[in-house]
Amino acid sequence: MKADIRVALVGNPNTGKSTLFNILTGLNQKIGNFPGVTVDKRVGYCTLPDGRTAEIIDLPGTYSLYPKSQDESIVFSVLADKANPHCPDLVIVIIDATNLKRNMLLYTQVADLKIPVMIALNMTDLTEKAGIDININLFSKKLGVPVIPISARKKEGIDKIRESISFANKIALQQPSIDVNFIAPELIAAISDYLHLDNPYYALQLAHQHENIKFISQAESDRIEELEQAYAFHSQKAQASETIARYNFINDLLFDTVKTPLIPQGETISNKIDKVLTHKVFGFVIFFAILLFMFQSIFSWSTYPHDLIADLFVWVQNSLHKILPAGPLTGLLVDGVLGGLSGVMVFIPQIAILFAFISVLEDTGYMSRVTFMMDKLMRKVGLNGKSVVPLIGGFACAVPSIMGARTIENWKDRMITIMVTPLVTCSARLPVYTLLIALVVPNRNVWWILNLQGLALTGMYVFSLVSAIIVAFVFKLILKARERGYFIMEIPIYRLPRWKNVGFSMYERSKTFVVQAGKVIIAVSVILWVLASYGPGDHFKQIDLKYAKPEMSKQYPPDELKRIKNSEKLENSYAGVLGHVIEPVIKPLGFDWKIGIALITSFAAREVFVGTMATIYSVDGDAERIEPVQQKMKAAVDPSTGQPEFSLAVAFSLMMFYAFAMQCASTVAVVYRETKSWRWPAIQFAYMTVLAYAASFIAFHLLK
Amino acid sequence: MRLTDLLPGAIGIVKEFTDLEMSVKLMEMGCLPGSEVTISNIAPLGDPIAINVAGYQLSLRKQEASTIILQ
Repeated sequence: MKADIRVALVGNPNTGKSTLFNILTGLNQKIGNFPGVTVDKRVGYCTLPDGRTAEIIDLPGTYSLYPKSQDESIVFSVLADKANPHCPDLVIVIIDATNLKRNMLLYTQVADLKIPVMIALNMTDLTEKAGIDININLFSKKLGVPVIPISARKKEGIDKIRESISFANKIALQQPSIDVNFIAPELIAAISDYLHLDNPYYALQLAHQHENIKFISQAESDRIEELEQAYAFHSQKAQASETIARYNFINDLLFDTVKTPLIPQGETISNKIDKVLTHKVFGFVIFFAILLFMFQSIFSWSTYPHDLIADLFVWVQNSLHKILPAGPLTGLLVDGVLGGLSGVMVFIPQIAILFAFISVLEDTGYMSRVTFMMDKLMRKVGLNGKSVVPLIGGFACAVPSIMGARTIENWKDRMITIMVTPLVTCSARLPVYTLLIALVVPNRNVWWILNLQGLALTGMYVFSLVSAIIVAFVFKLILKARERGYFIMEIPIYRLPRWKNVGFSMYERSKTFVVQAGKVIIAVSVILWVLASYGPGDHFKQIDLKYAKPEMSKQYPPDELKRIKNSEKLENSYAGVLGHVIEPVIKPLGFDWKIGIALITSFAAREVFVGTMATIYSVDGDAERIEPVQQKMKAAVDPSTGQPEFSLAVAFSLMMFYAFAMQCASTVAVVYRETKSWRWPAIQFAYMTVLAYAASFIAFHLLK
Repeated sequence: MRLTDLLPGAIGIVKEFTDLEMSVKLMEMGCLPGSEVTISNIAPLGDPIAINVAGYQLSLRKQEASTIILQ
């Protein structure tokens, strides 16, 4: 879409920036990525009262132009780089009126870059309530910019914002805040002279940030570095004195324009809620209750839409098989591509529900309390208070959880969280575990109430969490920190969730998952489909001929015949051949070539194991209906020993394998997307495979 | 006196910082020399803590809080 004016929204975190963005642009927005970094780029369009179109970009929330995280570094790059396609004609700084002083710091920095700017003074309904009196006219006059009081939650003042965008000046008219020349006069002069700059603050920012910005050349950056050495420039000291000078300016400004009642504030409602929600005992009890509810809901609420989507795909596949002529192209399209697509789509309900919960918890302010409560515990193993949510979400599905790890600013903490999240028992492992446990663990009670099978399943869940923590600890020792870990974080007051934002979050995350992970999953599914549907030589032809004989159809009913045929075909397919090829490797784990086939076909998604087992043992069944498969597997006898094929040792060895192995193409795809490199998914795949092999080996030999 | 020595509920005034890097971040967030601070909450496991400063609540680890010197 072609825009007449480009507008950037800038502000502190928790100021209602995204709410304003959602109101201004509605559904007319695109979520992309800034090139080279994992930072969401949210761009939308808004029609102005004069009929023109404004492109609005929602920049990540930040407290200052000096970035402390990857997200924050985007802000200066977009504002300062004239060649950036999103470089704004106008910046709207969103200011939380209840916390003017801190919010104004960022405004003074942005204003000094000399880009046309205006202020959206948000939460003015709350200041009125608190008796804070802001003389908006004087405030606006002193700064020389339009100041528009709004309440984004109540959608007040939004028309005024649109109007002001259409009347925006092409040149910056704001009053200067501080004279930055005092900070490093010679250096600013030298850089300005070297790069022909007329803005001293821009020159100073280049001095601070030249190493990390992409829009100046290496030679320019090197020259700036030389100048810094020559004038003994100390970045942090300069930042400190700049910040103090800016706060002095802000104090003077607010002294004249804002009257705060002198009545001492009593205990706020937020504090009272915190007394309960971060209580030594109740705090954890409530947190675990919320987690349990969340976890239950993801399972139970997603069942119906999950089945609906799965059934819909089965119906479409069956219908297409009837309509289209049988042949390799139809097979590829219907079983390969559609089958893969169905594997992606069935996860949407879980992803949407998980993100609905996460965004409600974030929006209300509860998430920062969770972080606050869990930080000490998580830090011991190299994680961070914020890692709790991805890890817990991992019980549902690792894919959205890894996407959720973006909220962790610290690089090392985030990487460790991403690396260990797939170890947590996700819902795709559940059918595999249920099947195997039912095979070898007797269904009886111990100590009256505890069911042995339930106990074994719970054991697998606890085991997964413990192994995630141990692996996290190992990564903590291996990985080098890129930056110092901070926990200096604003704890916002409790608020009601904004349902529109929750809806946007569900929509965005699901869409990102389908588009990004979908490509890889479909590609892998197609490859696996080819491997399972074609075989070397003319084996397939012979099987077809063998089962076409009249005595065969006399001996077996048609369904039975088809199943036996499919089973024999699978054995002779490339996947079957591969199963035989890898048998020597997996023999020490107690697996034969049949399990080998299942391991190969479930490479893209764990739950496929059950379906493959069904085909191998030529019974009807899949992840939804495991009983027939289970009976057949129970009866299977190892021809060489005469013992049951699925002994306790084999079943547990197999469960260990599924607990550790990275049998999930979606996770590999999403880790690649989130880390922007194949290195991390490769490391993850390697360490998980090694662990899987070792754990299976140990389990098999201990139980044999 | 360090911020970590402040009793919950008591009011302290920030004097200086012992860690330059930390001070830049803290000052940007409104915790400047001369600001009033109170400890408003302590995490159930004793760390981190939450302080009231510049009209809002800020959480920080004890080790970070100990770089703030009070008057």
